[in-house]
Amino acid sequence: MARKPEAIAVLGRAVRTPRGAVGLAIGGCVVLVAVLGPAVAPYSTTEFVTKPFSRASSIAWLGGDVLGRDVLSRTLNGGWELLAMAAVATALGVIVGALLGVMAAYHGGSWDSIIMRAVDVILAFPQLVFALLLVSILGPKIWLIVLAVAISHAPQVARVSRAAALDISERDFVKAMQILGIPGRRIIRRDVLPNLTSVLMVEIGLRLTYSMLVIAGLSFLGFGLQPPAASWGLMINENRVGLIANPWGVLMPAILIALFTIGVNTFTDAVARASLGVGGRAIEPEAEMALVAREVA
Amino acid sequence: MAAPSEDIPVTVPAEDIPVAKPPADPGTPRLAVENLRIVMPASRRRPETDVVDQVSFTVRPGHVLGLVGESGSGKTTVALALLGLVKRGLAISGGKVLIDGQDILALSEHELQKLRGRTVAYVPQDPGSALNPVLKVGTQLREVFAIHGGDPERLTEVMAEAGLEDPGPILASYPHQLSGGQQQRVALAMAFACRPRLIVLDEPTTGLDVTTQRRVLDTVRGLCHTYQVAAVYISHDLAVVAEIADHVAVMYSGRLIELGAASELFSTPAHPYTRGLMRAVPSMESSHELQGMAGSPPRPGNRPAGCAFRPRCEFAIAECELREPQPVVVSDTGHAARCVRAVEVTALSGSVRSVRERIAPPAEGPVLTISGVSVSYTNKPVLRNVNLDVGSRKSVAIVGTSGSGKTTLARCVVGLHKDWTGTITFGGNQLPPGVRGRTREQLRKIQFVAQNPYGSLNPRQTIGQIIGYPLAHFTKLPAREHDKRIADALTSVALRASFAARYPDELSGGERQRVALARALVVDPELLVCDEITSALDVSVQAAIVELLLRLQAERGLALMFITHNLPLVRSIADDVTVISAGQICERGPVTQVLTAPSEAYTRQLIADVPGFERAG
Repeated sequence: MARKPEAIAVLGRAVRTPRGAVGLAIGGCVVLVAVLGPAVAPYSTTEFVTKPFSRASSIAWLGGDVLGRDVLSRTLNGGWELLAMAAVATALGVIVGALLGVMAAYHGGSWDSIIMRAVDVILAFPQLVFALLLVSILGPKIWLIVLAVAISHAPQVARVSRAAALDISERDFVKAMQILGIPGRRIIRRDVLPNLTSVLMVEIGLRLTYSMLVIAGLSFLGFGLQPPAASWGLMINENRVGLIANPWGVLMPAILIALFTIGVNTFTDAVARASLGVGGRAIEPEAEMALVAREVA
Repeated sequence: MAAPSEDIPVTVPAEDIPVAKPPADPGTPRLAVENLRIVMPASRRRPETDVVDQVSFTVRPGHVLGLVGESGSGKTTVALALLGLVKRGLAISGGKVLIDGQDILALSEHELQKLRGRTVAYVPQDPGSALNPVLKVGTQLREVFAIHGGDPERLTEVMAEAGLEDPGPILASYPHQLSGGQQQRVALAMAFACRPRLIVLDEPTTGLDVTTQRRVLDTVRGLCHTYQVAAVYISHDLAVVAEIADHVAVMYSGRLIELGAASELFSTPAHPYTRGLMRAVPSMESSHELQGMAGSPPRPGNRPAGCAFRPRCEFAIAECELREPQPVVVSDTGHAARCVRAVEVTALSGSVRSVRERIAPPAEGPVLTISGVSVSYTNKPVLRNVNLDVGSRKSVAIVGTSGSGKTTLARCVVGLHKDWTGTITFGGNQLPPGVRGRTREQLRKIQFVAQNPYGSLNPRQTIGQIIGYPLAHFTKLPAREHDKRIADALTSVALRASFAARYPDELSGGERQRVALARALVVDPELLVCDEITSALDVSVQAAIVELLLRLQAERGLALMFITHNLPLVRSIADDVTVISAGQICERGPVTQVLTAPSEAYTRQLIADVPGFERAG
């Protein structure tokens, strides 16, 4: 009668709330469009189908883009790479950040100082500026963009997980393991990290939306996939001159990015709510009484 | 436990004698609670369940009512209702709370807000959390006066009444700069500031050491008496209630099961539950067998038919199952209990406790020798030159008030604290300061049980994993043998082997502490260091844990280092006692000698401050 892993239990609870269901549905639709899109797109991304910025017609349902290519096909093709990059960057950033944060919290002392000061330095750069800096020095390579975004996430994740891990590291069950002479690495893996599941899940959701925005932003600025490749960020940039002639070239990618962000955010919110009050972390009676005491005074 | 014979005549419930109304009572009660009922409203999943029901009592001006019960008995829910508050998810569905005849449950939220603080005041369990940490104490107190239209000139007066003779420095301090006792007095001053008519105190002395507790209790009593304030004092600690209360109400499973004058209730308890509770409380006067009660209180919605206490009751008869017992008055002062056999139980009460002196094991060489151990935190000495022996198979209690350094000493022994000077010898070998330097054998032979069972078990692991981990760390056993050892460990702490598959949040506090014990014992230690292991538990659970610990100690020949602030408990558990004060050893010796004929003034004071039934009334 082992329990479901906490991650699955929390996700299950989140999906069952209206908020979670709506968020997942919205985000899921965008992912579906991005993943299945290439398979159903009527034309190739580089085929000249119609006149530049021509209106929607029976040939090109969403009209033509700046060079007369099919907006619908480019929209359907332009998402998966963006999503994949965002996912990898998020995963990397959260893993590195969480490990750094937990190590800083658990070991304390000079570990804590060194890690957290390094984090402060990176945090001093705005996220987009930091990514731009790396990309403009080394050139717009995809792995570099992913890495740059991941590095820009890590410090913030490190802060959050350090704060959460500080609390866990002070608990008696961690002390009980330390007294047995069990090495720190194992205590972190067995006792500290599993107790951070909910915190990290919320963090993954948040970071995913940021990744999406930063990568799309970079792509808009020309650092990302290079023409003639289709990418939502790039499409917005290419087609903005024809916004009035054929708005779909800008609107479609923009709407999809916005929907994805809203969907993921909503779902993350549901996860955060679902993870409260689970596994003995409910509001403790003392805390509740303290609230009452303040109210009375 | 003798089976109750069926032929004893059953006491007929007195239908129309109202509870809690002592006859010939002059004056109207300040507080009258009538048939209070608080429920979890019906939802899709379950029907309406009552959390508190049929609770009625009165408190006269200047009197203190002690509301006693174990965790989950509903005492805090009742206390909040006196302020017109309910916990989230609950609703007051019936009854009245009359303060000077006015039903506060009928008031609007706005009127209630005006009432709270002015008419009814509340003193929380943890004063530190009730004071705003970023405001000076003076600012907060003045705010209370401002809100309730009090006279700020009275500030110093109020402070002095609360036992803060020199208020200047305290008013200029932030809450964290004050000691726990001072914080609690500030909270008391705030509560009494506007001369409320009723004051509700929710375990205000939990977490304070006995000396501070004694002073706070005296203060509360004095203030209530001087200003004719009625007080409701909530506690799970019978001895504290015996100290302060004029009347005592005992709650069990959401019902008031016994009510009476304190002296009477404690000398002749009329309900088997009260009787059981009293047997679970250790006493200073003699070492007696602490008897826990089997089973645990029913949760709301799971109440058995008839009397809720029946499944745990040694006096239960067929009658108890038929209907919920009505209050039976057992004396002409109004002492009443919800038990069909109340009169018989009252008659039994001559020998509530059974005395049992500990037989000290034969003297052998010490297993642990602490000599010249000193610890400082940032140049502030915490322990100064501590010398202490723990004989093998002996049980040594370390007693001290909070901040005395007793926990630091335990942490030095187990290696959690490594910046100490001096030597600690274990089994003939000197122990390196921290865990890292110690050998596997040393680590295995010294085990530790922490104070709070809610924090010491990883909520993400099953009990089997929790107990199995130390076992796997020190021994490499085949899977079947490993599981068998876990099952044995669970059985030895009186838990079923099937608990291995459960998670900590499915366990009660007492069960969790048993698991913590099993985790320490599974690797077969020689020395067990217990840091206040019962202080977070209800008395009946404490009794059961202590008895279990004593049995295991005898069976396994364990040496025990038992750290506590609870002096009566020492009497029942220890052979030798060491009193520690401000980081120094103040007195030590055999328990009987130190507790009955203390040589140091500090020890004498400590003993004098211990609350007890003997002073009830």
